[in-house]
Amino acid sequence: MDAMVRELSYAQAIQEAMAIAMAMDERVFLMGEDIGVYGGAFQVTGDLVERFGTSRVIDTPISELGGAGVAVGAALTGMRPIFEFQFSDFATLAMEQIVNQAAKMRFMLGGEVSVPVVMRFPAGSGTGAAAQHSQSLEAWLGHVPGLKVIQPATPYDAKGMLLAAVADPDPVMIFEHKLLYKVKGPVPEGYYTVPIGKADIRREGRDLTIVATSIMVQKALDAAAALESEGIDVEIVDLRTIRPMDKQTIIDSVKKTSRLMCVYEAVKTLGIGAEVSAMIAESEAFDYLDAPIVRLGGAETPIPYNPELEKATVPQVPDIITAARDLVKGVR
Amino acid sequence: MAGASKAVTDSRANLPFVYRQYSAERLREVLYKMYLIRRFEEGAEECYTRGLIHGTMHLSIGQEASAMGVCMPLSEDDQITSTHRGHGHCIAKGAEVKRMFAEFFGKTSGYCKGRGGSMHIADVAKGNLGANGIVGGGIPIAVGAGLSSKMMKTGKVVVSFFGDGANNEGAFHEALNMAAIWKLPVIFVCENNGYGMSTSTARSTAVKNIAERAAAYSMPGVIVDGNIFSEVAEASHQAVARARAGEGPTLIESKTYRHRGHSKSDRNRYRTKEEIEDWMSNRDPITLFESELREFGFIDDKGIEAIRGAVSQEIADGIEFAKASPSPDVRDTGDYVYTEQA
Repeated sequence: MDAMVRELSYAQAIQEAMAIAMAMDERVFLMGEDIGVYGGAFQVTGDLVERFGTSRVIDTPISELGGAGVAVGAALTGMRPIFEFQFSDFATLAMEQIVNQAAKMRFMLGGEVSVPVVMRFPAGSGTGAAAQHSQSLEAWLGHVPGLKVIQPATPYDAKGMLLAAVADPDPVMIFEHKLLYKVKGPVPEGYYTVPIGKADIRREGRDLTIVATSIMVQKALDAAAALESEGIDVEIVDLRTIRPMDKQTIIDSVKKTSRLMCVYEAVKTLGIGAEVSAMIAESEAFDYLDAPIVRLGGAETPIPYNPELEKATVPQVPDIITAARDLVKGVR
Repeated sequence: MAGASKAVTDSRANLPFVYRQYSAERLREVLYKMYLIRRFEEGAEECYTRGLIHGTMHLSIGQEASAMGVCMPLSEDDQITSTHRGHGHCIAKGAEVKRMFAEFFGKTSGYCKGRGGSMHIADVAKGNLGANGIVGGGIPIAVGAGLSSKMMKTGKVVVSFFGDGANNEGAFHEALNMAAIWKLPVIFVCENNGYGMSTSTARSTAVKNIAERAAAYSMPGVIVDGNIFSEVAEASHQAVARARAGEGPTLIESKTYRHRGHSKSDRNRYRTKEEIEDWMSNRDPITLFESELREFGFIDDKGIEAIRGAVSQEIADGIEFAKASPSPDVRDTGDYVYTEQA
């Protein structure tokens, strides 16, 4: 790539993507709570209001349902809004507009309209914000036809997938893990996109496929590095998009490694892991499996406040190492 | 402004608003459209009863003056969001009844290619962004359309129709507040027909008049008799003028009544026969408008007969068109979930 590559944080990469999108297309604008002079609860919009003004970086009242609906209506009528939820948990207040309106509008109207809205959801645990500010609700939205749901895991993907989302004619929901915001990585300058609906093999391996999402990708990579010294060679698939899911990349990987583990932060039951596991069980890769599939997901509890309890509710690197070792060595 | 006439003759000086504002021809068109809405609803009901249409539907018989009056000052570029009781709004905004019937019959020639049905009927080309199955669902969307209008400087005005039931939804309050703080060109039209399904506004709503809610959002709240076309149209004119001038939104409460039940499951246990009969006999919006037109010399019996005949023909033709139209192919069920991309 010719473009200059710098180290940017995940938050900076998103901010840069939004700035590029707004500079390129005057239909693009930002809406959300305290995204103006405050810069957003996680400083993702930062000083964009100084560059683009209050008419394009719009502070909304604390009205998630109405705000989401305004974004949907603006998208329906020619604009390209990027709507920031302060915390992904607040999607619960806006489900009506997301699920009943944005997702279904094109279908209900027989293809007469598109709803090119982008919604950003700071998600996940690890900040001590407790049960109402730490959830991972991406599978909720992943269940809804009409939506596209993505979970970039790196600064590079965060920028490229956000730009792809803005260019997409349909509603795209972006789940950004809050602990990733300060993580740095190489990001090229200028415009580029990373396709929605395409997983990424982040590490090639022979013995086991780990399908991981969001912050679990890095944890799985750390686990894989530790397992390498034990002679266990892990392949890591960064799912990146929940809907539409890149089935083929996972199937091909499982056919190669014959073992599958899914690692995700959201509550284990009825989650991404269930979908990936079932998809593999239904596919030609099933015959290649040498061991039962393993899911490593969040505990069946709300996220607790106490830091030790909080950590214990979601998969950590040692959990992944242990589960992967047991899976490869047949300890079940 | 669509159809606005400056040709006010002295003889009309003391007449109600619309008779000063519009030509006789335009007013006769309004009567035609009011009949078209009424006969459309009756035709749809009959088709449903005969098993030609499945699902359910919410008829707006009795609310025709409200739909027509509000849409009177709108241009084709202006936009509306509508409700589950939205057939009248759709016709008032310019839809063709044959494509509406086709939608109800689930045919590909319908406005939504048979995917939406009664509750999601839309006519985007004419500015109708769609009915809505969720009470209050269209209100924030209308505010979003108003934001687009302001940001893109298109000059479009957006009307959000909703019922009395929606005034107790959070979406209503959030949307009115945002339209007010951002001074958006949106007109909120509450068609108060007295009941949210079975629950009367007296039992559901803390204020006596829903228009009083406007005060909480610093916008004008206007009450009109929704069954008197001229009153509705005059209020809409003022609200549209205010919106176009950049002065912000208005809440209009149009007090009206639905002659039929909430939907096809309604047994009318929450209201009396006498009440329904009173509205039908004494306050029918078409009868009231027709009497005024006749009284003020805009139409005679022959003219009215001609309108009724032409409307009946259009309805009959529309139903035939719907029956004759092809059904979608089951193999295409997955179409329109996402935008097709090259």
